[in-house]
Amino acid sequence: MAIINLKKKQVQAKIVYYGPGRGGKTTNLEYIYKKFRTRIQTEMVTIKTHGDRTLFFDFLPIDIGKIKGYDIRIQLYTVPGQVKYESTRRLVLRGVDGIVFVADSLAVRRKENVLSLKSLADNLASYKKSILDIPLVFQYNKRDLLDEGIPLLPVEWLEKDLNSKLKVPYFEASALKGPNVVQTMKKIIILTIDSLRKDLT
Amino acid sequence: MDKRYTSDAEGQKTYIFTPGQLSEIEAVLAEELLDVGVHSVTLIDMAGNIISTLDDGENKHDLYSLAALAAGNFGAVSTMAGLVGEDEFSLLFHKGKKENIHFNKVTDEFLLITIFGKELSLGFLRLKVAEATDKLMGLLKPGS
Repeated sequence: MAIINLKKKQVQAKIVYYGPGRGGKTTNLEYIYKKFRTRIQTEMVTIKTHGDRTLFFDFLPIDIGKIKGYDIRIQLYTVPGQVKYESTRRLVLRGVDGIVFVADSLAVRRKENVLSLKSLADNLASYKKSILDIPLVFQYNKRDLLDEGIPLLPVEWLEKDLNSKLKVPYFEASALKGPNVVQTMKKIIILTIDSLRKDLT
Repeated sequence: MDKRYTSDAEGQKTYIFTPGQLSEIEAVLAEELLDVGVHSVTLIDMAGNIISTLDDGENKHDLYSLAALAAGNFGAVSTMAGLVGEDEFSLLFHKGKKENIHFNKVTDEFLLITIFGKELSLGFLRLKVAEATDKLMGLLKPGS
């Protein structure tokens, strides 16, 4: 649920990084935080367990400058990936305007990706939103591990498993090392703002 | 399958606030709360976005992080209420040594966060928040 403030000429929109546990959602935000430190005036908020896993969410607000005369402020969130935190994921999705689905490229994680995407669709439906309508980008993460000889899912398989019906943009990325992390974020911001464009007069 | 983006379909609502509407909201927050001595007052939506915020100029908090956490906290407490068979818990309040935070649902979509010190009693604060909430409900109705 984006907020358009015509007095300040400001838009606030919420983008959520969703995906299976240990897939790299928090790592995406940490990379963005380091990369754009000068544009981010606050600390990144994380609510973690003692085991360094996301308990509730991570939160990072970022100013991206002006579009059509409006200051655009994007609130980036992650959800906890662990299966047991389903109700928490649903809470974080409230009012979401755009989604990055961070899929784990590890061959052993094929099933978890599919189950997580199914849970995303179900949770969106609980807010009367459809995964077919909301701005969405896939990120196939951990592609750097190919160089280390670790078995990864071919991109064609990931596309077939996750994106064959949705047909949304996707990026092969490494949240840890950086390739395509910023591009993923830029793409979802463009799609999200584009979806609000007709309200920006 | 083509994707369509609609900002006004059910469940996809975008809230647009006009300068006049925001001025009226700010007037309510100033008269009912800031003038009686709260440190800051912020109206947010349940997604964690800030609609309007006013402070006494002396206390600077990271309000964007606070809004995100408050929306999450409120959602978590509402879910807990459901688990024990309550519709909602009516009082959401955190007491500190110097600062206290009070949360109040305005409508299903909006939440009022008030930060105040020990010079204000919780009872008086709740009374003023209730008065402000009544006025804000009128201003936040769709089409108002």
